[in-house]
Amino acid sequence: MVDITQPAHLRRAFSIYDKKIRAIVYQAGLVVSLAVVVTAIAIQTVSNMRQRGIPLTFDFWNQTAGFQINQTLIPYDTLSSYGQAFWVGVANTLLVSALGILLATILGFLIGISRLSHNWIVAKVATSYVEVIRNIPLLLQLLFWYNAVLKPLPAPKASIALPGGIYLNNRGIILPAVEFHAGAALVGMAIVAAAAFATAFSAYASGVQNRTGKQLPVLVVHLLLLTGLPLVAYVGAGSPWSFTYPELRGFNFRGGQQIYPEFAALLIGLSVYTASFVAEIVRGGIQAVSKGQTEAAHALGLPKGKTLRLVVVPQALRIIIPPLTSQYLNLIKNSSLAVFIGYPDLVQVFAGSVLNQTGAAVQVMAITLVVYLVISLITSAAMNAFNLRFALVER
Amino acid sequence: MTTTLPVTPAFHHEYVPATPPPSDIRPNAVTWARTNLFSSPFSCLLTVCFTGLAVWLVSQFLSFALFNAVWSGDSEACRANPDGACWSFIRAKLNYLQYGAYPATERWRADLTQVIGVVLIAWLLWRNAPRRNTAALLFFGVYPIVGFTLLRGVEAIGLPVIDTTLWGGMMITLLMSVVGIVFSLPLGVVLALGRRSELPMVKAVCVFYIEVVRGVPFITVLFMANFMMPLFVPEALTPDRLLRPMIATALFSAAYMAEVVRAGLQAIPKGQYEGAQSLGIGYFTMMRLIILPQALTIVIPGIVSTFIGLFKDTTLVAIVGIADFLRAVETARIDPNWAGPTISSTGYLFAAIIYWFFCFGMSRYSQSVERHLARGHKS
Repeated sequence: MVDITQPAHLRRAFSIYDKKIRAIVYQAGLVVSLAVVVTAIAIQTVSNMRQRGIPLTFDFWNQTAGFQINQTLIPYDTLSSYGQAFWVGVANTLLVSALGILLATILGFLIGISRLSHNWIVAKVATSYVEVIRNIPLLLQLLFWYNAVLKPLPAPKASIALPGGIYLNNRGIILPAVEFHAGAALVGMAIVAAAAFATAFSAYASGVQNRTGKQLPVLVVHLLLLTGLPLVAYVGAGSPWSFTYPELRGFNFRGGQQIYPEFAALLIGLSVYTASFVAEIVRGGIQAVSKGQTEAAHALGLPKGKTLRLVVVPQALRIIIPPLTSQYLNLIKNSSLAVFIGYPDLVQVFAGSVLNQTGAAVQVMAITLVVYLVISLITSAAMNAFNLRFALVER
Repeated sequence: MTTTLPVTPAFHHEYVPATPPPSDIRPNAVTWARTNLFSSPFSCLLTVCFTGLAVWLVSQFLSFALFNAVWSGDSEACRANPDGACWSFIRAKLNYLQYGAYPATERWRADLTQVIGVVLIAWLLWRNAPRRNTAALLFFGVYPIVGFTLLRGVEAIGLPVIDTTLWGGMMITLLMSVVGIVFSLPLGVVLALGRRSELPMVKAVCVFYIEVVRGVPFITVLFMANFMMPLFVPEALTPDRLLRPMIATALFSAAYMAEVVRAGLQAIPKGQYEGAQSLGIGYFTMMRLIILPQALTIVIPGIVSTFIGLFKDTTLVAIVGIADFLRAVETARIDPNWAGPTISSTGYLFAAIIYWFFCFGMSRYSQSVERHLARGHKS
């Protein structure tokens, strides 16, 4: 009972209607029930795993994997360990994600800008693209690219020859391979030097503009530096690289760089699908910049190109970058659909082959989840840093 | 009216006849084309290129899907025609694509479940329908039980039990989506409320759950459900092979739903919370009667787009061996009796049309709701 005639500090009431006490009770209840559930699951899992002879440790990591992986960025053969197979999967996931993000961004920006075009037919074609592509499941699109487009290509003997020594067949796309000779390093150094000069010149130009208001031709100088220096080095070193063209020998091509159909299908599917979402984000971002901004810039006498580059796009990017980040994360997560068409990404190699062979479900799934969480965290941290550069600085 | 004062307006607009716009901008087909298609040399170039592209794509599509397609006949007729779709293949496989291996004599049960579902959803979505909260109660509370009983069967009431291994096709896709929708929305609301809670432990648990689930691919969640759920519980309680991906779907989309609902909660002005608190009503009553109805209405478009994502994601359950619609198309496609040059393309085209129809329909509905709400805010 609470005696309300007493002063507050003397009441010492323990009442379930007290807000603070209720908060403690609720939270204690939640923590205790979660702890009970987790402990029960852990005990049950360990006993189930023992019973079924499933390994409880990470010993499998150094055992021989014994399966083949067709596309490997890092050394791997059938004698390699499960640990090496894991890294092959991680590298393949990162490769297809990075290239997918690049292509989806380019395609998405083009389509997003096309949707806003004053040209009626351009806008309609872009709108149809978005409405068709984003309303069809990604998996269906991947299967289409793989099973209906790339797999029915002719066998290597009857390859479709494209100009430039490129061949298309059901084993993938065969490109000429580049071979570097002695002087190639010189060209590399020339590129680095050109980049350094270009950066220095930009700093100098912005200094001049801040002092005098005069604009130096930054773009022209950059172009000259970045193409001129490497070109001079290339000629000076005597054309230090050459192409080896693929040749048909027996049933398959020798030489050249092979792009596997699984990789090509996944990359095309991911880029085409994500581009439709990127396009919507870009369109929304540009439309959200008020028209007064453009009009004000024109009133100041800025030409169309500069208005876009200096006034509209920086403000649009502020709106575009956060949702773009989540599309990038979606693309990385969607690359796990590789498992359906047999591209050896992390999920296919590790949560597929390794899990099936070792049976260590808990360990393998835990590692896979952690890898995706880490990739997600790094991507969003990088995009947030990028976002800070464009964020509105308020006084 | 006997006497009327003579009205002499200061200005009669009839006195000044409306001038027609100058002839060169008068709206007609030519001026429209000039402004929208040929405004500059670059625009002319784009018009030519894109018209060519559009004409080529549409003609390719039409000739494949309509003009050169095989509409009847057997696999021989399709094999002989490498230029067009083979719709007789779809016709032959239609039952399989709809129900999978569900026994033919019991398919009325699947149909009945679907009809009930359609009626309830139509009732829920039709804005002027009476007693929509009854519909919500039926859909979220009663329908899952009735639907499961009908599909699975109970010996006691004379419905033979049909094992879930026989379920398949469009039926599974719809089932997965409805289960995902029915369970992810309430769970998402709870998670969103938890995330905005003032109790630090509750908040931490919800934030952790939402962020982790949103950070991993759906496939890994399905893998987990498939491989680990049987390890988590005693053998006798092992969930059915169809139930595992359903639980995974609901838990997965709940995290996304939670973020959508959170956006709605944040959009409610503080005055609404304060007004409710000043009336002295408790937290749960306030949320149920004042905050959530407003918040959920605002985020209907977000909820619908989460549903669209969920519907598209149901295709991934094939990875744990569930024969959903897309998997049924895959199985039908590689049937050696129907092997032919255009069978794969026909199968994928058919699947694409079905999925597109559902997803586009949902997105159009959400746009109409958005416009309706925007109109409400203007007044």
